[in-house]
Amino acid sequence: MHHFLNRQRYLLDYTVAALRRRRAKNLGLLTVYTALVFLVASVMLFSHALKREAALMLEAAPEVVVQKVTAGRHDLLPAAHVEALRGIRGVRKVEGRLWGYHFDPVVAANYTLMVPSDRKVAAGTAILGSGVAEARGAAVGDLLSLRTSNGRALPLRVVEVMPHESALVAADLLLLSERDFLAISGMPAGFYTDVALSVAHPREVRTVAEKVLARLPDSRPILREEILRTYAALFDWREGLLLVLLVTSGLAFAMLAWEKASGLSADERREIGILKAVGWDTGDVMRMKLLEGGLLSLLAFMLGFVLAYAHVFAFGAPLFASALRGWAVLYPEVRLTPAVDGLQLVGLFLLTVVPYTAATLIPVWRAAVTDPDAVMR
Amino acid sequence: MTMPTAKSHRPGNPVLALLTFVALMFVGVLVHAAWASDATALANRERVRALGLTDLCLSTEARYTRHLSQADYHTPFQDHPVALEHFPSGTLIAPPPHLRHAPLSQ
Amino acid sequence: MSGFIEVRGVRKAYNEGQPNMFHAVDGIDLDLRQGEVTLFTGPSGSGKTTLLTLVGGLARPTEGRVHVDGEALSSLPERFLTERRRRLFGFVFQQFNLIRGLSVLDNVMLPAYPLAPSHQHLHARAGTLLESLGLAHRQNARVESLSGGEAQRTAIARALINDPPVIIADEPTANLDSHLSEAFLAIVTRLKAEGRTVLLASHDPLVIKAGVVDRRVSLRDGRVVG
Repeated sequence: MHHFLNRQRYLLDYTVAALRRRRAKNLGLLTVYTALVFLVASVMLFSHALKREAALMLEAAPEVVVQKVTAGRHDLLPAAHVEALRGIRGVRKVEGRLWGYHFDPVVAANYTLMVPSDRKVAAGTAILGSGVAEARGAAVGDLLSLRTSNGRALPLRVVEVMPHESALVAADLLLLSERDFLAISGMPAGFYTDVALSVAHPREVRTVAEKVLARLPDSRPILREEILRTYAALFDWREGLLLVLLVTSGLAFAMLAWEKASGLSADERREIGILKAVGWDTGDVMRMKLLEGGLLSLLAFMLGFVLAYAHVFAFGAPLFASALRGWAVLYPEVRLTPAVDGLQLVGLFLLTVVPYTAATLIPVWRAAVTDPDAVMR
Repeated sequence: MTMPTAKSHRPGNPVLALLTFVALMFVGVLVHAAWASDATALANRERVRALGLTDLCLSTEARYTRHLSQADYHTPFQDHPVALEHFPSGTLIAPPPHLRHAPLSQ
Repeated sequence: MSGFIEVRGVRKAYNEGQPNMFHAVDGIDLDLRQGEVTLFTGPSGSGKTTLLTLVGGLARPTEGRVHVDGEALSSLPERFLTERRRRLFGFVFQQFNLIRGLSVLDNVMLPAYPLAPSHQHLHARAGTLLESLGLAHRQNARVESLSGGEAQRTAIARALINDPPVIIADEPTANLDSHLSEAFLAIVTRLKAEGRTVLLASHDPLVIKAGVVDRRVSLRDGRVVG
């Protein structure tokens, strides 16, 4: 064992001394390699953590949400529809919901207004999502003025600001009373935005949805499993696009790496001849080259991954943030619970470390099996 | 074995140190991930339950990116379900699968 | 008693099976005794270098056998041949063949890496060797910065690092002036005094006349002519 370790350390000494000769080139290669791993790992970590978190949180979403559809569009739902849904077997609770959007010209941000069903918000007061509070610079006790549908300013006293950690689900929420909601949104009384159904048994959800359609042919039930599927598929599709872009840079890198790894220059060939002549066997030469490729790719892999982890979980993935934010002013600082998918990690390892290391070996094999007398000629 | 009197400089040593350092960070990151608490996510789950929320607040620029799962058939990706979208978030977020596949039997 | 190194009916063909095939070494029998300095002379193309590569196990003869210390080197599998080469021979090449970009010390220690001795011992041994060759002050210099004489002495130190019984030097003085050539011969005298067998290939008159040489073998067209 001691002998084995000693040997590896000698090979490492040689490899490092050899790599140091083309310091700029090899450092450049390491940098590009690390950057590539960083980008791919960032996408992987971000999407995996987001999917995982979404699955965890949205497990608590309503089993069925029923929308009314008019002319192919989501429309307001008359109270009669809510009544029509009561009494479906297996439905524990039917709840007409009031929510909608509000564009705040002061900060040019979109809010989601909502009348909460779990608590009573007194008229003239509001509970703010952390994003809204930050955008408006509002704190508990402040007055927030919103424009109503008939053009008047409606002051709301902030009674609560939701904690920062809730941003991923509630950053843009503004909870208010029914009276104030109707005044701001201009929704006529007796209508709801949609209906949330709570179903006792998960197995009955589909049956319930079919019964909903039978009773209200102009409605569209959205099942929780569809919501979960939406977020499970989140990124899968366009993540592919992103990865395709990365593939191009990956290919460029592959060419560079291939040239570096597999193109054995006359100098390197001569060097291998010298090593063999002074008593290294083919195995030593191969191990040395393997170590060279392995060292570079392993460093890049681990470094890139650690940087990606920090990027996604410590700094809130600013690279994707700009894409997600888009034109929106309100953007939740995405603080995801750190999570690493073992399979993805292994996949990334296989995609980065193995090919590069293998590429370094191909030409060496050819050079190493030849007789070392070439150095004498 | 005697200790070396003159400190011998081996080219591999700094790289070995770097490798060890990076490997420790790597392992540290994995341990950090394994030990990460889901407390925030679980607290948010309760918020979702209490308020009856349906979507993550990832992007607020349009209603179909704010409430992905609630978007109606015609809103997202207005030209075609796989057309590139004019919001940057469209490059990251796919239209909900139930919009791209057959809806519930009618 | 037969020689420490026995060469029996050795031939080496290049470009085999092609019209331009030729025998660089064309049927050589030799017995070399331990502790002797043998000089191979002859015009260029006479097969001196090829013979040294065959004896030193850098290449295999097309025909015939090479025995060293009673063992048939020429029929050993690659792995074992490398091991014997490392143990038995130290090479000093005409172009020195140092590995560029590495320090003198790193170059000298190279042949010992596969044996994985303790680093202290190896380091100490390389230091002693370089000191005995007057290169102690250059041990951390990169080999590109060495003069011809320094490069050769580095190559000699490298050849000696595994303490081999046989030193093989091909045209050792070709790139040296007469002063440095004398210095080289002084080193050969020392190697001989240490009991090592030395094989030289040279057509340098200075080497041919040198008193340290015990035996001269003349080659022409791959055959021994005297």
